[in-house]
Amino acid sequence: MQALQTLTWNDTWYLAPEIVLAAFTIALALLDLSLPRRIDRDIIGWGAVLGLVTAGVFVGWHIHDLGAWEKAGESPFRNLLDGSYRVDDFGNLLKLVFLGASALIVLASLGTVKKEEVPIKGEFYYLVLPAVLGAMVMASSGDLITLFIGMELLGIASYILVGVRKSSGLSGEAAFKYVVTGGTASAFVLYGMSFLYGATGSTRLSGIAQSIGDAVEGSKALVYVAFFLMIVGFALKLALAPFHAWAPDVYQGAPTPVTSFLGVVAKAAAFAMLYRLFVNTALYAYADTAQVREDLFLALAVLAAAAMIVGVAGALRQQNAKRLLALSGVANAGILLVPLTLDITSFHSSLFSEFIYYLLAYVFMNVGAFAVLTVVSRETGSEELSGFAGLYHRAPWTAAAMTALICSLAGLPVTGGFFGKLFILFGTVQTKQYWLAAILLFTTVVSYYLYFSFIRQMFMRSGDTERQTKVPMATGLVVWICAIASVALGVLPKPILEWVDGLFSVSLDFLSR
Amino acid sequence: MLEDIPVLSILTFLPLLGTLITLLLPQSRVRFIRGTAIAFTFLPLLLAIALYVSYEPIVGGGAFAEKLTWLSIPLNTEAGLADKGATSYRLLFDYRMGVDGLSLPLVLLTGAVASMASLASVYIRKRWKLYYALFLLLQTGMYGVFLARDLTLFFIFFELTLIPMFFLIGIWGYFGREQAANRFLVYNGLGSAFMLLAFLILIATAGFSATETASGTTLSFSGSYEVLLANLADPNAAVNQDSIMYLSDNLKWTAFILLVIAFGIKLPIFPFHTWMLKVHAEAAPPVVMIHSGILLKMGAYGLLRFGAFLLPGQLQSWAPVLATLGVINIVYGAILACAQKEFKLVLAYSSISHMGIVLLGIASLNEAGFEGAVFQSVSHGLISALLFLIVGSLHERAETTRIDELGGLASVVPFTSGILLTAGLASLGLPGLSGFVGEFLSFLGLFDSYPWLVAVGVLGLLFAAVYVLRSVLSMTYGPLPDRFAAIRDVRFVEALPMIALTALIVLLGVYPALMTDMMSHSFDGLLKLLQSKVGG
Repeated sequence: MQALQTLTWNDTWYLAPEIVLAAFTIALALLDLSLPRRIDRDIIGWGAVLGLVTAGVFVGWHIHDLGAWEKAGESPFRNLLDGSYRVDDFGNLLKLVFLGASALIVLASLGTVKKEEVPIKGEFYYLVLPAVLGAMVMASSGDLITLFIGMELLGIASYILVGVRKSSGLSGEAAFKYVVTGGTASAFVLYGMSFLYGATGSTRLSGIAQSIGDAVEGSKALVYVAFFLMIVGFALKLALAPFHAWAPDVYQGAPTPVTSFLGVVAKAAAFAMLYRLFVNTALYAYADTAQVREDLFLALAVLAAAAMIVGVAGALRQQNAKRLLALSGVANAGILLVPLTLDITSFHSSLFSEFIYYLLAYVFMNVGAFAVLTVVSRETGSEELSGFAGLYHRAPWTAAAMTALICSLAGLPVTGGFFGKLFILFGTVQTKQYWLAAILLFTTVVSYYLYFSFIRQMFMRSGDTERQTKVPMATGLVVWICAIASVALGVLPKPILEWVDGLFSVSLDFLSR
Repeated sequence: MLEDIPVLSILTFLPLLGTLITLLLPQSRVRFIRGTAIAFTFLPLLLAIALYVSYEPIVGGGAFAEKLTWLSIPLNTEAGLADKGATSYRLLFDYRMGVDGLSLPLVLLTGAVASMASLASVYIRKRWKLYYALFLLLQTGMYGVFLARDLTLFFIFFELTLIPMFFLIGIWGYFGREQAANRFLVYNGLGSAFMLLAFLILIATAGFSATETASGTTLSFSGSYEVLLANLADPNAAVNQDSIMYLSDNLKWTAFILLVIAFGIKLPIFPFHTWMLKVHAEAAPPVVMIHSGILLKMGAYGLLRFGAFLLPGQLQSWAPVLATLGVINIVYGAILACAQKEFKLVLAYSSISHMGIVLLGIASLNEAGFEGAVFQSVSHGLISALLFLIVGSLHERAETTRIDELGGLASVVPFTSGILLTAGLASLGLPGLSGFVGEFLSFLGLFDSYPWLVAVGVLGLLFAAVYVLRSVLSMTYGPLPDRFAAIRDVRFVEALPMIALTALIVLLGVYPALMTDMMSHSFDGLLKLLQSKVGG
């Protein structure tokens, strides 16, 4: 037993992004308290964007440093606090996604969040930061306890965010539901973790990796119980079917930017955790764990398939745009889970680049679609699909951008969504998981009908008014960034994939310690 | 001279340029927008004609082929590849375009029908700017489908036709337009899903190749048509060996059947045809001209290009199935066409019947049959485009195309009636018009192997005479209802495409060698392969 390793000055440099976010949270909270009431709280929103971007710059810097080490022959990761926190390319890439997506979401909400609706606008803006911080901790942790702390930080901040429309009954209901399911999910995860600790005698992911082979030999059942409990917890967090029933209610009740945050950042963070846990515990490394590995990954594959089917089928009859997008998020979570379930030992493009590419495409299409929804619902006061009726006449350019986003959601060429699905499909076909490929393809076809209901409304129906819709500058900017990025990802997917492939390596990021 | 420029890409992307220009024009300048759209539709047609003039069947289209590495995606090299001496492992998406005797007739058909449809778009009454932008975008998709030589690129173009077509049906159609658009989307999306699954299976097995370079071995997966064709024919390639890339018989069959369903929905093969009835009945006439004239042919083309050329063994075993399906299409379409009261539905069912003949041609597995299939595709494309042009013109004037409501039109619109009669005769296969040649070649091809099926199929042709003459005659002769007494015959702008299409139909009927010469030698490789299978 070695002495506890404490935080050193040196480590703070590697924790810079996290520290920046924490500092910004405190500073903005104090600013919100001290500013007179008459000043518009949008300034805090801009502060939050600044904080997210600053943290992003630090993450970028780290990526650059790690790259330089790899060139110099050093191992491209740093273990802090005795390995309970790791800074590596996997974590950094995901952190960039979290920070970028959150910055876009906050930017899109600037000017669209109304004071009457959200009386605590200041809190609304700065509470995003600790939530992102939680997500970043999840992406970087090398220990079960750190994982759990990150998850709770993200969870608690987002419970408040969901309930931030204090005057709305729906929002209160959503927050309550989210607290209950979130708490249940945490309980499942924690329960599973305790079994895992019991079986392996360690909370360190690297420690678990070393002794899991013995644990499987000793008490296979315990390992199964541990992992299945955790899978249930994550499935609840990710809203994978059949653990998705809370998602439409919560998504509908939450303010639209928060919905978008839950759909993108909270989900991506849970995926980060799944990857860390399932790959890092070296289920790959030992032959005697092969049976357990296959069973667990089959369970994940079945969950993915169920999520795709249930998400798409449930959304078919949906008339509320937010509920529809919530269920589409269920299906997309299923798609994002597919690469993880593929057998890494056979040839394919590495489970991670497919995942990160589709995640990026998903971030842009989802954030963009929700941003358009804020514009529309601000104008028409309704979050129903019918609010989109005749948008082509009222705001032709926004309708055009939405069409691009819809094509990406539906997976039509040439968009990021198309190539993302294509790469994942190629992986499934290469590893001979034809049934998974078939389910992915057919749910995609059904989802055409679903997503095109937006297009039908926008182009084929006429709205109540022909008055031009006003699009706030910041929101319009986000819509266009997302639409252009969705198309650009489709035309030129190569730079991103080359970059991710150059940075990430399964053996260095997950398996070495 | 054409060889020196990327003529196929220019041909394909000219309409896309037109789309962008159209989008930049102000909405109010309708005449200007229409002029631009027509110009950008005729330019590719002129290029296609130039291509036809300089194409030599014996040489093939090799000189026109274009190849660009579009995407070269790195794959994971950690799965122990370094031990086997591989330095690089990639997934290739190439931009490959090519033309041969199978593509060229369909490219010409696309040019001809799209140009005539652009003239016929005078029937469109609203939102011209969006209409023409989508109309041009659709053309890029169609040219791309016939010219792409990479599976992924083909798929992208195939899907690219889907989106504009959904809008074109759903915005400018008749009363049930949205339902028709939805059905179109879901059925064709389903087809695409089948197709993509088959393509991915082929890429992950037959698309594998290892190339030695100075820096080591490069392993790659590619969707290139040439690579697939070469690998599948080479008994030493990984795809035919006991390896992880092995394409077993079961997988081959899976891929083949997936392809048959995918393209069968498009063609359409009974029972996948219900969506196209809706589209025929509900979409605007120029849109149906494109749909019936070109889009259905993408099914025939895909079946030949990927089903027949890539998996000839499976095609050979399934020839009787395809032939039977073809006969069912012919007879089913013809009988139901006899029972329709709506002229558009008569034409829709007649399309099913005529596309059945294409299946017979493919199932015959000989040169006459293959040529017949392509010829029939082109000829039916021209005839149905002409018929729907007439439908548009009649609907404009009489506001109905129901057979029982129309009558005596010959006295008020003699020109249209004359063209209608000619088109009808071409459709029922009168010798001297193009319909006859396609049917004759296909039946001739199949007669060698399945004379009985041919006999049943020819029965279908008898029905064709019944439904064509019944509907055409009852519309043009008989008493003229009073409310139609004031309608006038076509204007010049409508007459022009009618005359042009009729001329093409007559020309191909009188001198079919114009097209069959183009196709000769295109099927040589495939036929050799088929014969070697029979021999060995």
